[in-house]
Amino acid sequence: MIRLRTIALASAALLGFAAFAPAGFAANEQPSPPPANEAKQGASQPTPPTEAGEEQPSPTRQSWSFSGLFGTYDQAQLQRGFKVYHDVCANCHSLSIPFRTLSDPTGPGFSDAQVKALAATYQVTDTEPNDKGEYAKRPGRPSDLIPGPYPNPEAAAAALGKAPPDMSTLVKARKYERGFPWFIFDALPFDQYQEVGADYVYAVLNGYTKADDLNWNLYYPGHKIAMPKPLSDGQVDYTDGTPTTVAQYARDVVSFLYWASEPTLVERKKIGMRVMVFLIVLSALLYFTKKRVWEKAH
Amino acid sequence: MSGTSTYVPKSALGKWFESRLPIIGLVHSSFVAYPTPRNLNYLWTFGAILSFMLAAQIVTGVILAMHYVPQANLAFDSVEHIMRDVNYGWLLRYLHSNGASMFFFAVYAHIFRGIYYGSYKAPREVLWILGVIIYLLMMATAFMGYVLPWGQMSFWGATVITNLFSAIPLVGKSIATWLWGGYAVGDPTLNRFFSLHYLLPFMIAGVVVLHVWALHVVGQNNPDGVEVKNVARDTVAFTPYATLKDVFGLAVFLIVYAWFVFYIPNYLGDADNYIKANPLQTPARIVPEWYLLPFYAILRAIPNKLLGVIALFSAIALLAFLPWLDTSPVRSAKYRPVFRVFFWAFVAVCLGLGWLGSQEITDAYVLAARILAICYFAFFLVVLPLLGLLETTRPLPPSIADAVLARTKGGSANVAVGPAEKSAV
Ligand code: HEC
Ligand code: HEM
Repeated sequence: MIRLRTIALASAALLGFAAFAPAGFAANEQPSPPPANEAKQGASQPTPPTEAGEEQPSPTRQSWSFSGLFGTYDQAQLQRGFKVYHDVCANCHSLSIPFRTLSDPTGPGFSDAQVKALAATYQVTDTEPNDKGEYAKRPGRPSDLIPGPYPNPEAAAAALGKAPPDMSTLVKARKYERGFPWFIFDALPFDQYQEVGADYVYAVLNGYTKADDLNWNLYYPGHKIAMPKPLSDGQVDYTDGTPTTVAQYARDVVSFLYWASEPTLVERKKIGMRVMVFLIVLSALLYFTKKRVWEKAH
Repeated sequence: MSGTSTYVPKSALGKWFESRLPIIGLVHSSFVAYPTPRNLNYLWTFGAILSFMLAAQIVTGVILAMHYVPQANLAFDSVEHIMRDVNYGWLLRYLHSNGASMFFFAVYAHIFRGIYYGSYKAPREVLWILGVIIYLLMMATAFMGYVLPWGQMSFWGATVITNLFSAIPLVGKSIATWLWGGYAVGDPTLNRFFSLHYLLPFMIAGVVVLHVWALHVVGQNNPDGVEVKNVARDTVAFTPYATLKDVFGLAVFLIVYAWFVFYIPNYLGDADNYIKANPLQTPARIVPEWYLLPFYAILRAIPNKLLGVIALFSAIALLAFLPWLDTSPVRSAKYRPVFRVFFWAFVAVCLGLGWLGSQEITDAYVLAARILAICYFAFFLVVLPLLGLLETTRPLPPSIADAVLARTKGGSANVAVGPAEKSAV
């Protein structure tokens, strides 16, 4: 097997070359910048430097009613979460979903009358002019989008220093890095971990660990957050005896926001189960049919 | 699409039609009587799976297009409207976005299958090159599709990729401006990308027809890589044999697809794409979809932008030259012990590049990406040409039937010809 050995040697030499040559390049050149133009320089830079040696820890994984194969929303929890959103977050954040969706039976499940009454507490400007040619203000209707606290993001930024993100996809729009090999396990049945966004938001709401700095957050990248600590114990009244703590508020409002960004989750998992059972049975039947037919060919 | 059809129409109407347009005979000869090697394994079901995925993307895509608005300040909301208000809109959208990933998963299985079993070698060069063209069109289609939801990653991904063209000397800037329809990615870019995203899948379908045509002229390769010598002994009829196997393979594939769609629909997507595009705010990290990551890593491994772009495109273009870069007369890795080792090393290199493509740029990553990029190119330009000259291959079986028998019964070269095989002749 002289030839084999030649090849092994050749490839070892090649690898050796590969290992050294680029090291040579790297020594006298800057690590390659992102490929795009200068505007994108920041694109691939590491996360902003953390202050005073303070590490930015990963959020802890929470258990949520909506995780897993059979996950559903807990209606009472979503209603509490809505209250927290309505009383606290809505002062700064918009949530661009129609009022009517709040009566979604797999979501918060408010009654139609409740939703109507809630909508009527908002003033909405018509998008079409009336017969006098004016954009009239009128009480909200269930079909309207929930109006935000500011007319536009610029106004919000002027008032708060930075525009708070809209909440309709907020939980889906956040994540934290899981790293190798965890990201692989996250995709597998029975462990499927799809709530990284929820855990991150939950962590941020509980991450104001410096009593003297209400804009310092343990979990926010770079720690300096434009949102001052929004929640404190006892701030929102619960009527069902649930503890009125920051942790509980955070858990409830995150569940509500998860529903807001993924309102079809319950239907999706229900249909999914039927589809999976159907496909597994179908595959089994096809397998035996195929085996039977192929027996003749052997 | 090959040979003369054995199809005999039974009804008078069938005869009348067949003598005017022999399309049923064409289908019959291609998908019923067509002889397929009897030793094919499940890696050969990916062809059928890919055809299914193309159809699935077209069907879901056409329906999505009925509700989608290709305008910069409405696109994001129209996708959310699809997700929330359109009946089963969430299902269509998740089928389509995850469908793209499943499509690529299948095409990678299909391509690596081809490399492992030497399917690109004569007489299948044209077949292979048509496949590379399909792959290129798929990448273009998926890239432009990813821009449509107009999230942060859509916008910045489009910016990074279109900016690559500005690296071309002299005309680069003009080309980029021409692509954008302005001086940056914006509404005109979105409009043309939507138009092209609608068009390209149908071009893919056209090339697929050529691909299948070429396949049916030269016949399928097989795990032993020896040509069919005796149709009766070496092959079975496409229907029912290959059909059933393909349908079973597809059903199992659909289980995986359904898992993604119903249980982890956003796993492969980027969270940033749920934030509306904002030209004033660059995301912390710009990452393409997973299926483009290895090439992205090669691009970023090279300090010079123009050279990076050249490396990126040659990494893809090299695939088309495989039939001539691989000098070994033996097709299948089964009989090429050394090639087999390099093949798996190559798979590992591609996976490694993919992982690096998703990471932040640090000195260590750049170094690793350079090493792997060199290995990537070395596989094509050094290993394959040399190996064919140096490697001692194992003896090939005299025929497919012999190879099958050696495995199932341990020796003799006689195969009984069952009634099923006769229909294949
Ligand atoms: C005083 C106004 C204000 C209130 C009240 C408020 N927020 Fe914020 N929020 C902001 C601002 C401003 C930002 C942008 C912060 C930044 O990016 O620095 C923000 C950002 C966030 C973020 C995104 C953080 C990130 O990682 O980008 C989340 C999540 C959030 N808010 C949740 C909430 C929730 C839940 C509530 C209600 C319990 C709430 N906010 C109440 C002003 C507010
Ligand atoms: C080769 C087949 C195709 C591939 C690989 C593909 C890929 C993609 C991808 C990756 C996206 C982004 C998904 C997301 O993140 O939301 C997308 C979106 C979209 N595609 Fe396709 N597509 C294909 C065919 C089609 C066809 C034939 C049509 C229409 C006729 C179509 C219409 C759309 C529309 C309207 C969107 C935007 C809606 C959305 O983002 O979900 N696609 N496509």
